Amino acid sequence: MPEIHEIAAPFPGVFYRRAAPGSAPLAEPEQVIAVGHVIALVEVMKMFHEVQSAVAGRITEFCAEDGDAVAMGQIIAKIESQS
Amino acid sequence: MITVIQPGLYTTVQDRGRFGFYGVGFPPSGSMDLYSSAVANILVGNPANAAVLETTFVGPTLEFERNGRIAVTGATADITIDGVSIQPWTIVEIKKGQVLAFGGISAGVRNYLAISGGIGVQPVMGSRSTYVASNLGGVEGRALLPGDRLEVLADSESRTNRNRFEIPEYLRVSPMPHHVIRIVPGLCNYLLDPQSQQLLTAETFTVSTEANRTGYRLTGHQLSFIEREQPFGAGSDPSNVVNLGYPVGSLQAPSGTELICLMRDAVTGGGYATLATVISVDLDILAQMKFPETVLFETISMEAALQLRAERGKRLQSLVELIDAVT
Repeated sequence: MPEIHEIAAPFPGVFYRRAAPGSAPLAEPEQVIAVGHVIALVEVMKMFHEVQSAVAGRITEFCAEDGDAVAMGQIIAKIESQS
Repeated sequence: MITVIQPGLYTTVQDRGRFGFYGVGFPPSGSMDLYSSAVANILVGNPANAAVLETTFVGPTLEFERNGRIAVTGATADITIDGVSIQPWTIVEIKKGQVLAFGGISAGVRNYLAISGGIGVQPVMGSRSTYVASNLGGVEGRALLPGDRLEVLADSESRTNRNRFEIPEYLRVSPMPHHVIRIVPGLCNYLLDPQSQQLLTAETFTVSTEANRTGYRLTGHQLSFIEREQPFGAGSDPSNVVNLGYPVGSLQAPSGTELICLMRDAVTGGGYATLATVISVDLDILAQMKFPETVLFETISMEAALQLRAERGKRLQSLVELIDAVT
């Protein structure tokens, strides 16, 4: 049964899909990723946190736009795992 | 030794602070939530000036290379040893080769990890506290990085078989989304117009996303200053004064647009009007707050502030005696 895993922002900050402006996104919707894959960054006060997936699977959706302010606990991506 | 596998968002070595250099521009640094930090040290039997790790939102993953006791206090977080959950605010045994990992936090901002013996980085000017702005103290004057190795000092505690002891609920910190934060009037509070003076303690302010060890910006209300001719040597903004020393916890309002509370790594003096000072006991509470949580400032007397600080000292001392009695 596929299961949907939600990834939440670990703290209030700004959500980024790219490691640097102009570089390719860290992950794309529909991409199949392994455990530990960095899918996005959350930044606060110039401190960047790599958001990693705790599961292997397919990214079904990003729930925030690149550059959005996100609240702590806000869902930022959904991943469908095969288990 | 402890090996840093993942450093977390912003993890630094801190002790009670670096004192005696404020006049030449060095803020005290030290644990932002001194109470939680002190309780962690007390739990593992460390001296009061032992260095701990302070986390920010996302804590580290650490591998221990020797047996010891640890205690985690402060923010409400999921903490594991080798994947098994451990309790905060208590004494936990950790064995050589085990991995301590911090998960997400559900309340507060900062955790304190005390390790029996204390972190053994080289003291600089009498303190192990990290002051990143000057790149001194801690590990090379910076936040932890993957692969860092932290020395742990020899355990001074004679009773190596301390029993399990949990800090009772009423002696833990409980970070909430709203707190009353007590202040004493600042040297320059007369520069605020009467309505703004009233507004400062009548309305709630919101902790912004710009909040760190240096300062906390608080938004929500425009403050106005009295009209006056700016004195010689002061900047042209009505919030400017001739340079003066800033207390730790000073509340300022550049151009009146937002409040800035100076925290433990802040500049020690400058040319903004010092409107009020957050009392030391409540700086600990503010240090566990984040966007978009709210505060209501309440003015108290200096005598009351000193009384509260003395009571906190007594509470910590009673905790030492309580643990000594039961372990």
